[in-house]
Amino acid sequence: MFIDYYKVLGVDKKATEQEIKSAYRKLARKLHPDLNPNDKDAKRKFQEINEANEVLSDPEKRKKYDQYGENWKHAEEYQNAGQYQGQPSDAGRQTFTWSQGEGEFSDFFESLFGGMGGTGRGRQIKYRGEDYSAELHLDLTDAFETHQRTLTLHGDKIRITIPAGIENDQTIKIAGHGGKGRNGGPNGDLYITFKIASHPKFRRSGNNLYTTVELDLYTAVLGGEITVNTLNGKVKLKVKPETQNGSKIKLKGKGFPVYKSKGEYGDLYITYMVQIPVDLTEKQRELFTELSKSQK
Amino acid sequence: MKSENMISATEFCECHHIEISFIDSLKEQGLIELASIEETQYIRASQLHILEKIVRLYYDLDINIEGIDAVINLLQRMEDMQHEIVLLKNRLRLYEEPEESEY
Repeated sequence: MFIDYYKVLGVDKKATEQEIKSAYRKLARKLHPDLNPNDKDAKRKFQEINEANEVLSDPEKRKKYDQYGENWKHAEEYQNAGQYQGQPSDAGRQTFTWSQGEGEFSDFFESLFGGMGGTGRGRQIKYRGEDYSAELHLDLTDAFETHQRTLTLHGDKIRITIPAGIENDQTIKIAGHGGKGRNGGPNGDLYITFKIASHPKFRRSGNNLYTTVELDLYTAVLGGEITVNTLNGKVKLKVKPETQNGSKIKLKGKGFPVYKSKGEYGDLYITYMVQIPVDLTEKQRELFTELSKSQK
Repeated sequence: MKSENMISATEFCECHHIEISFIDSLKEQGLIELASIEETQYIRASQLHILEKIVRLYYDLDINIEGIDAVINLLQRMEDMQHEIVLLKNRLRLYEEPEESEY
């Protein structure tokens, strides 16, 4: 597919070298991956402007692009005929060192100019490897404890430690586990985003957990002791007499572990849901009627 | 002090084709910390990522050292805010999802 490099940089076809340089630098400051971490759209656009600059800032390449750009398929014939004698020139050009590994240039660029890389700062570029992104799905109980997982990525096994208390949608960086660098450049990084599934009984907000506990009417009215489940075991609770439906209690330190703070936990909030008895016996109905009358 | 997990500032500069004076300026501005062992300056592995980012910002985008300092601080603030957004989104999810009633 033909790419209009002039349009990519937002310059006229008659733009001077200085105008191209200026347009490129302006866009690069906006889209550079260092200034737009985790923004795939910016990264893609940055690649586009890098490619456009690679061509338009080099007089030889620009000439070839202007001549054959839209009919780039004929460029190969042109080259085969030995008429293209140009060599890449470094003079006055600059291409940024952030790259995306093998997929750095478009098919259009590769067809027109071959797989030649750019040059920057007047030297051979050390290409940083591509950053990889991955999603890891966990249950809430998985995120409750620090544990290790082995991931297989592009055939390589990577063992990572997942700290307790990791948040849903939180991304962690595993430095150096992205794509391999080229020309001695550093490897890219691996970004893992955690997706934590909802739990049927516990809801999480930050480090606090919320749950609902059913309470029979008699214990709610008269008080008593119940056993409730937490994420790390059962606990016995004293229920105050005349506990209202919907009332809440807090169990300090029984919530979710605080991320990277060993031994620290949030709180567990319990909402009581009082159960009204059903299928009453005749005797029970009489007693409730009696109770009802005693209220008048 | 051992020089394990460290790279000498000279080696780093040779590898990136930059002047050692650039590293000195960063140190003076407090942007990086260097370890000094037997009169040789070393960069800790933990500092490499930020240093490489600074090199790219300086040489690729022509941002001066004072500007880089501001950019790094703003990026940190942005990262903090992104983390806060994640927390707030997760909290919002509590109100958006229907209440489970399997208990």
